Amino acid sequence: MLWKQTDYSGWGRVHKAHGEVARPERGAHLARLMQDRPAPAYGMLRSYNDSPLNDGGRAIDMTRMDKILAFDPETGVLEVEAGVQLGDLIRLFAPRGWIPAVVPGTGFPTVGGAIAHDIHGKNHHVLGSFGQHVLSVTLIQPGGKRVTASPQRGKALFRATMGGIGQTGVIVSARLQLIPTPGPSMRVKSTRVESFDEFLALLDASTFRYNVGWIDGTAKGGGLGRGILEEAELTDGPRAGRALPPITVPVDLPSFALSGPTVKAFNAAYWRKVPSQGNVHVMPIAQHVFPLDKLHDWNRLYGKRGFHQFQCVVPVAEAGALKEMVAKIARSGLASPLAVIKRMGDGRAGMLSFPMEGYTLAIDFPAREKAEMLIAELEAMTVEATGRLYLGKDALASGATIKAMYPEWEDWAKEAARADPDGVLITDMVRRLQLRDAT
Amino acid sequence: MTKTWIILGATSSMARAFARKLAEHGHSVIVAGRDMDDLKALAADLSARGAAEASALTFDARDPATFAPIIRKVEIEPGEINVASFVGSMPPQAEIDADPALIGSVAIDNFTGPARFLAEILPVLEARACGTIVGVASVAGDRGRIGNYTYGAAKAGFATYLSGLRNRLTRAGGHVVTVKPGFVDTSMTWGIEGMFLVASPDKVAGDILKAVEKKRNVIYTPGFWWIIMTIIRLIPERIFKKLSI
Repeated sequence: MLWKQTDYSGWGRVHKAHGEVARPERGAHLARLMQDRPAPAYGMLRSYNDSPLNDGGRAIDMTRMDKILAFDPETGVLEVEAGVQLGDLIRLFAPRGWIPAVVPGTGFPTVGGAIAHDIHGKNHHVLGSFGQHVLSVTLIQPGGKRVTASPQRGKALFRATMGGIGQTGVIVSARLQLIPTPGPSMRVKSTRVESFDEFLALLDASTFRYNVGWIDGTAKGGGLGRGILEEAELTDGPRAGRALPPITVPVDLPSFALSGPTVKAFNAAYWRKVPSQGNVHVMPIAQHVFPLDKLHDWNRLYGKRGFHQFQCVVPVAEAGALKEMVAKIARSGLASPLAVIKRMGDGRAGMLSFPMEGYTLAIDFPAREKAEMLIAELEAMTVEATGRLYLGKDALASGATIKAMYPEWEDWAKEAARADPDGVLITDMVRRLQLRDAT
Repeated sequence: MTKTWIILGATSSMARAFARKLAEHGHSVIVAGRDMDDLKALAADLSARGAAEASALTFDARDPATFAPIIRKVEIEPGEINVASFVGSMPPQAEIDADPALIGSVAIDNFTGPARFLAEILPVLEARACGTIVGVASVAGDRGRIGNYTYGAAKAGFATYLSGLRNRLTRAGGHVVTVKPGFVDTSMTWGIEGMFLVASPDKVAGDILKAVEKKRNVIYTPGFWWIIMTIIRLIPERIFKKLSI
């Protein structure tokens, strides 16, 4: 069977889609699909929102197009099909001294998804975004035309494709510049942070190549913005003992599982886990960069109604706005355990790339009306602070809001229209935000 | 010792998952099938994953002329030669009912084609007094069911053939593993109604590798299919003939 009628959703499980999905296993299949019945592509569905969805239409599942096409152990140049997962690249190549330059907080996303959202990671302040390490990308456009773009040749198409949410063609393969690692491990320094102001000071002063802050979104008053700063470096240090096998969340949890009191108690305990003088551990790379990957299907913790992740970035000068957001979140009592703060550099590879020099805050909320109202307020504060929302996560914003945050949006829309004049690659998110509509 | 594996029907997802496990163990792998572009890409993939050597050759179950070049290639390789056949095709029973000529091609793809290849390569394994043959049959071969009995009959024939082959190769110091997968998440089952307890190709590939290492004779994968098929085999024919499972 070529097409399967199926239901699918983003990681947050708020937006859902039903439609025909094809899952090609070979290049010839994919080429035929794009000739005969072109459709938008998705990978591991790890975007939180409606970015990978095409409700009522067709879509192409790229997860079986996952071959490594070439690897040069001298230069670290790797050519892969789009369906390869980033965690697999660490597993396969870290023992040989190379890892992807940029990985997000989970190893499950595909290379295609990483390109389509120009993702960032814990080393953004040093190495920038994923797309900055893409040497070239090959697309199949509707009608079956194969096009390769790079920063040197086809620069406009390349920049419209990095972070371009799949609208310039189905990403088939890419050449990536890996970075060397002295070994398969990381040395991680954890520091207990007492307040929001201390957090920013520590993030600004951090000299580590990887850093990220976990914030207790429930702490108010003097403890507002308290958390744990994790700073890390790649190392060949001794490997920790055998990794534990993954466990799977078997069912949707009831809604009280992640309600105010349980989250508050969990967060307080988690914060105290790091001693006041801090600590240092050596662990496998994946254990540090993909902290939640041992808990499969953790999105079910939020119950069947799903959850939202709000993520914004604001300029350095607007740090005060971020502090107000954290205070508002703490007052609301709606925060979940997952809240992250990070200093970003200015590295970005595409016209719709998220990053800007400043601070980024990401936090999960169970999908409830109250949370959606809070997110609307946080969005308004982001606009006010001349910040930006992330297309891999936003599920609620309006087209006007998003367009105002992305000054190159019109250039991008032109490239997308050139690549896909009939709009067959349009997804639910593109429709919601009217990103392909002329101004 | 160098181990060389020939993978027949290598463009299938189950074969690809198995070949990757072999590559990560550092074995040499020859991937054989019909889509040469895909096979070349797969060979590159296996090299990048650690295969000592990986190459692509044409194999078409319906064209025995494609068999000899593969056998000639491994004859000059030193060390242990192993073969895994993932060859097969499964047109819907309704299509076969409409065009009974398809019965012939189903029999070739699932049984006589790979069986003939194995018969031709057997002397190479016997001469070296080692090596394993993995034959992928199916739970569908355990009983003729209304929805799938032509495919089931061909797989049953292949399973019986593998049983005899095991009898013969064991005497020479080699081994034969018969694999009976249940529902696996492949392009063959994509979009077919009524699938349940679907296993990933990676899970099945892991089970096959374990069976090879432990010299198992017949395995069901995932293992619970042994229970399901034992129950189905025990249903008396007078009842079974009225069921549509």
